Amino acid sequence: MGRMTFVFRRLLLLVPTALGVTIITFFMIHLIPGDPARTILGIHATPRAIAILHREWGLDRPLASQYWLFMDRLFHGNLGMSLYYNVPVWGLITSHLPATLWLICYAAVLAIIISVPLAMIAASRKDGIRDHVVRAVPLLGLGMPAFWLALILQTEFAVKYRLFPVTGYGTGIPGHLHAMFLPALTVAIALCPVVIRSLRASMLNVLGADYVTTARSKGVPGPRLFVRHVLRNAVIPAVTVLGINIGFLIGGTLIVEQVFAIPGIGALMINSIFSRDFPVVQGIALTFGIMVVLVNLLTDVAYASLDPRVRFDR
Amino acid sequence: MSAISLSRGTGSPDSSPPAATAERAQPRRHRWYRQPALMAGLVIIGLILFAVIAAPLLTSYNPDAQNLNATLLGPSAHHLLGTDQEGRDTFARLLYGGRVDIRVAFIAVLFPFVLGTVLGSVAGYFGGWIDILIMRLVDIVVAFPFFVLIIALVFVLGPGERSIYIAITLVGWVSYARIIRGEILVAKRQEYVLAAQSGGLSNLRIMGRHLLPNVITQAIIYAMSDIVQDILAIVTLSYLGLGIQPPTPDWGTMISNGQNFLTTHWELTTIPGLAVVVTGLGLSLIGDGLADLLRPGQ
Repeated sequence: MGRMTFVFRRLLLLVPTALGVTIITFFMIHLIPGDPARTILGIHATPRAIAILHREWGLDRPLASQYWLFMDRLFHGNLGMSLYYNVPVWGLITSHLPATLWLICYAAVLAIIISVPLAMIAASRKDGIRDHVVRAVPLLGLGMPAFWLALILQTEFAVKYRLFPVTGYGTGIPGHLHAMFLPALTVAIALCPVVIRSLRASMLNVLGADYVTTARSKGVPGPRLFVRHVLRNAVIPAVTVLGINIGFLIGGTLIVEQVFAIPGIGALMINSIFSRDFPVVQGIALTFGIMVVLVNLLTDVAYASLDPRVRFDR
Repeated sequence: MSAISLSRGTGSPDSSPPAATAERAQPRRHRWYRQPALMAGLVIIGLILFAVIAAPLLTSYNPDAQNLNATLLGPSAHHLLGTDQEGRDTFARLLYGGRVDIRVAFIAVLFPFVLGTVLGSVAGYFGGWIDILIMRLVDIVVAFPFFVLIIALVFVLGPGERSIYIAITLVGWVSYARIIRGEILVAKRQEYVLAAQSGGLSNLRIMGRHLLPNVITQAIIYAMSDIVQDILAIVTLSYLGLGIQPPTPDWGTMISNGQNFLTTHWELTTIPGLAVVVTGLGLSLIGDGLADLLRPGQ
């Protein structure tokens, strides 16, 4: 199977998954106990407001017809109206998306910057002291609540030492890089344990490969061997690990955005939960779901085109 | 999604114990008490479990009792870790809060474990359209970031413990289904299964009595890192006010209450957070140790 066929097939597989994502987000409203419109609008809602919401969501129609309505609107870029802001949900999401994308990319870069050297240290002497330390310490990160770490970093480095702004997103690229350092670091720290582990394993694999033995026997010095022969072949898996963990990465941004008051869709989702703004929560869940599906596709395709050894006959 | 990779992380060959090659010749290495990671994890979790179960013996304070004459006190002989803004004893709240979080996490992990194991077994054993159907469903659930779906589900279901169980089950089963299905696909081609099939045993019996005991190990190992995820989810939900509801003490609520006093009383936020971290570390170590113990030869 050729590369193009692979990409095409992968795209076709995307369709049922993306449809499934829409079905799940659509059904969320039906998980609301009682009358969704009444629950969402609260006890003080007027019967008129409830009736309007019923009509807008088609709650009085059969389920299949409701889903059809939902999809019809979706394809027209209409995710409904925010109950709290009273503006289209789609507009809210697109205006909040850049901050989140920034945070995700920044965190991914920081995670790689932290993980690659640590994984190299661990892999260079397997089962040595340094290896044990590098493997044990990130375990702390696995069980660390992101919002807690965010609060601590914020208090120490932003409030006490004033090295970074306490909240916000900054302006311009240097501003973003400065203001979002602590939030991105928080997300990266949560991600590192996973990345370091996979990276260390793949480096050990590469170190055992014949071409490394050959290079060693030719007398290539250690550092050069690592950079030229091992690192190159171990970084591709690191990028893949990040791609696979995009859901984890996104999940981490939710609460971190909230703590640092970054105007991204994660904070928007949490705030919409507090204001019981169901259409916004639904729209953001859908956006995140589609985002993960697309990133997974890109990871697969990128991996397939970067590594000539990848075979397509699956 | 995150869950899957975590399982790979915990279970990957790189988590082999110290000096694996040197000791490989000695079968004693596989005894459970010779696993440093497992031992350390068991000690940590043992101490935490003891502390939260024996909470009434370790502190005489009621975790909910307010004393507005003794708010925001520092640590002292009376109040080991001081008091919070309502004069409640922090040490007592830490212990009783741990009771709640750990109990909910251990119960919460059971439902997805069972559901995922059943669906994964069915998918792997029967194959065909039911396999395609279940695996498509897995793909769809996996498409949502863990936290996004959990938070959205608890939001629509309404805050509280019951919603936490439902949300974690609906989201968490996929990892177990994937793990068990993969294991069954390999195991079902082995002779003992073919023998059982040709012996005319029912499918249910083959799956339950012959296959499951051979494939469940991976799921158990994964469950250890999954509990860590669940504790984080519970604490995060409670921090947002969607999880354990006040006045029931809980680590997430404690962190959230303490954050207003971070600059003056940092311990109110730091201590419950550390409790979460240490619990997570203990469970991760147990998971790592179990992986080494139960999967020798890697």
